[in-house]
Amino acid sequence: MQNQVLNHGDSETQRFNFLRAFASPWFVRVLLWLAPILFLLIFFFQPLARIITLAFNPSALTQKNFGVILTVAGFTFYQAALSTLLTFILGIPSAVLFSRFNFRGKSLLRALTAVPFMLPTVVVASSFNALFGNHGLFSSFILHPSSFSLILLAHVFYNTTIVIRIVGNALSRFDPKLEAAARSLGADTFHVWKNITLPLLRPSLLAASLLVFMFDFTSFGVILLLGSSNFSTLEVEIYLRVLKLPNLPLAALLSIVQLIFTLIFSILYTRTINQVTTQTNPRFSISRPPKTLKEKIFIATLGILLSAFFILPLISLPIRSLTRLEADRGQRGEVQYGFTTDYYKELFINRRGSLFYVPPIQAATNSLGYASLTVLLSLALGYPAAYALAKPTRLEKFLDPLIMLPLGASAVMLGLGFIISFGRSLASPWFVPIAHTLVALPFVIRTLQPALASIPERLRQAASTLGASPFRVWQTVDFPILSRATLSAATFAFTVSLGEFGATLLLTRPEYPTIPIAIQRFLSQPGGLNFGQAMAMATLLMLLTTLAILIIEKLRLPNSGEF
Amino acid sequence: MLEIRDLFKSYENKPLLRGISFSVSQGETICLLGVSGSGKSTLLRMIAGLEFPESGQILFNKIDLAQTPPHARDFGLVFQDYGLFPHLNIFDNVAFGLKMKLWSAGAYFRISRQQTVGLQNRVTEMLDLVNLQGFEKRKVTDLSGGEQQRVALARALAPSPRLLMFDEPLGALDKFLKEDLLNQIRAILHKTKIPAIYVTHDQDEAFTIADRILFLHDGEIVRDGTPDEVWTNPKSAWAARMLGMGNVVEGIIKMQNAEGRMQNTCTGVRRKCVETEFGVFDMECSHKHSAGEKVSLLIRQFPSPAGRGVRGEGFEIKLKVEDVLFKQDQFQVKLRGGLVIHLKEAPKIGQIIRVRVRVECLA
Repeated sequence: MQNQVLNHGDSETQRFNFLRAFASPWFVRVLLWLAPILFLLIFFFQPLARIITLAFNPSALTQKNFGVILTVAGFTFYQAALSTLLTFILGIPSAVLFSRFNFRGKSLLRALTAVPFMLPTVVVASSFNALFGNHGLFSSFILHPSSFSLILLAHVFYNTTIVIRIVGNALSRFDPKLEAAARSLGADTFHVWKNITLPLLRPSLLAASLLVFMFDFTSFGVILLLGSSNFSTLEVEIYLRVLKLPNLPLAALLSIVQLIFTLIFSILYTRTINQVTTQTNPRFSISRPPKTLKEKIFIATLGILLSAFFILPLISLPIRSLTRLEADRGQRGEVQYGFTTDYYKELFINRRGSLFYVPPIQAATNSLGYASLTVLLSLALGYPAAYALAKPTRLEKFLDPLIMLPLGASAVMLGLGFIISFGRSLASPWFVPIAHTLVALPFVIRTLQPALASIPERLRQAASTLGASPFRVWQTVDFPILSRATLSAATFAFTVSLGEFGATLLLTRPEYPTIPIAIQRFLSQPGGLNFGQAMAMATLLMLLTTLAILIIEKLRLPNSGEF
Repeated sequence: MLEIRDLFKSYENKPLLRGISFSVSQGETICLLGVSGSGKSTLLRMIAGLEFPESGQILFNKIDLAQTPPHARDFGLVFQDYGLFPHLNIFDNVAFGLKMKLWSAGAYFRISRQQTVGLQNRVTEMLDLVNLQGFEKRKVTDLSGGEQQRVALARALAPSPRLLMFDEPLGALDKFLKEDLLNQIRAILHKTKIPAIYVTHDQDEAFTIADRILFLHDGEIVRDGTPDEVWTNPKSAWAARMLGMGNVVEGIIKMQNAEGRMQNTCTGVRRKCVETEFGVFDMECSHKHSAGEKVSLLIRQFPSPAGRGVRGEGFEIKLKVEDVLFKQDQFQVKLRGGLVIHLKEAPKIGQIIRVRVRVECLA
């Protein structure tokens, strides 16, 4: 009898212990991390390991390969440096414009300069094609820039906003008293600039140039689509060595070289951006209306230049998609030039001998499907990770850089890793949304984490003392606060997936093209009809993305940070 | 030394300074007292050459400075929020003006060994002067507000400027630091004999540091005198309030009628008196005032607790005590109508007390 009681007590204690273990912080944290870490291990670290082993295979480390790498890396640095320089030539005056002056339409113009940053590379590339390309609106005029200058222009178009934000912020926080103090201490204009202004802006200039350089260095879609594989950067070369002139060991070596450079740049960038925030004084706002005629001329000239530079490519894309400039292939007799909706109609027709097994518009359906899967997958994995990261312990401090690491890997590299580890056939169309999730996940986590961290624990405790069960607590406290962040993260994942080009190009199966892939296929084929359809498709993608950007902007939490 | 002649300046199309004229002589510290937004800082910035007057002249040793850029004026400037260079350490901050001098003297590329030693000695000397020995290698951000302001002072003093300007230098500091630093500044100004202009809205600071106080009001200098002159005769109601003399009351001039119809008004021997809510004061507000006009009166306790000379007529008033506050060695007593006096012993609230006061007319 006594024994029984004792036994009973034992099982009670065991049950209690089990429950307590279940509720213990460690157990919960392991549970939270299980899925995200498994996902990254299988789809990121395992392919990465495969790439590394392949790259350091004797068959890869040949003199010939090193020659290729040297040439390609040299050109990559050259174009990135040139692009960065050009971006600064436009970006610095613009940063001065936005930080020092108030004028009508300022916020609109500023928003306009930020639009390209969110647009998929295929859209930007198509836009510049629509404006200056062989079939472009300006092709009949004298103005016909080379593909290399188009690439540089597109890079400037993309990254000017970075300079405006980073350098402009530093400029607008620059305490004008420091210049006054230096002048009263006997410094002339040159010495004020050399001893005060430049040293104080140096971290922001350095940070901006590193970030711009990094983006130009890893640029893929723009270079491939505008340069039509004549210009081989590291990224393009990896792609070529996978699909066109197959040499996987070389591709692996190239991507390791690329990864090392990207990591170096990001470490340097993180260091300098920290200095930017510590060396400036946030109390000052020095923007004011223009006073002198010189200032008014500066604002007018730069304002018009910026508007033209940022509006023309974006507006010429829809215009070109609705305009026939040349006869389509095989079109005979009278050709109607001017306004046409044919390019859109053609998207719904499955022609024999076309590039697709299905009507091209099917690509839109595929894209939307992939994007939805990416949203679900990245939220399912991002939520637990963000929950754990919101209250970091030593475990999270260790894991945080690991889950951000995919940011350093280029999309083409992700594609290469999948091909190496899961076989060239890639029978399952699932790989595309998985690759997209890898790209989107860091952003999703970084969007959810501050929102989760912002919920005070006291609120949850208050709810539970008022009788709410854990689920109720989540439903009544967490969810309302999180819904904005969730929607924002979801939209982000959605746009990333819609516009993703590099990985998709390597992984997609012919019968499941996405919108960017369809655009690329149309652009790589001759004839006015193909070009027109590329324009129509790119216009659709631009509209979809713009819609998503608007949603994100509406939902942006204050203090959620930039970049 | 410094002479300002008829300076005009407007801000956003509204006149800010309307014909300012004054001068500062060798070794003199003048204090510009005015509320924020009165154009004090703009005046300083114009003297420094950072802004330009619309008309008027700024002369130093009889030379017009209109064509002299700020870096060639040799005027030191100390800001409210210090304006220290955050990317330089304390040594380099203090040495900045000295280096600029060497550069403009031709040492554009190399500073000689001898010059370096001179520079180091001067910086050490300056840091000694402001009691910051051994701070050379510290970072600006590691210093407290008071320390930063002392570095700013050392920086401004280092190149031996011809004139020092202080733009509310103690505005950002707490009370005790303020007093301490104020005394240091005063001692340094005495020692160096550099003429100085000190801008503030705080009358305590002004009285402590100034040889002469200038009141800036509505774009004009409304009062110019030594602290003693200004205290004994603030002249205007605005200046009296600015000096923290709270007991400024409004009154109406009454005239004694020959037929004696207004019996309850003027009772004394004079024909004029002033009626206020604290009673009728049998006094004459000089010159131009006629019956029915409004005047401001300054009511001061007699004898004044500050111990300074007080002009004006003596009267006795009776008022009810509304509130009593303990203030260190005395009690601050608020009377009906808002009059504030200081007493050695605390009266009871509600009690009616008699107080001897002096009443004087303000413009």
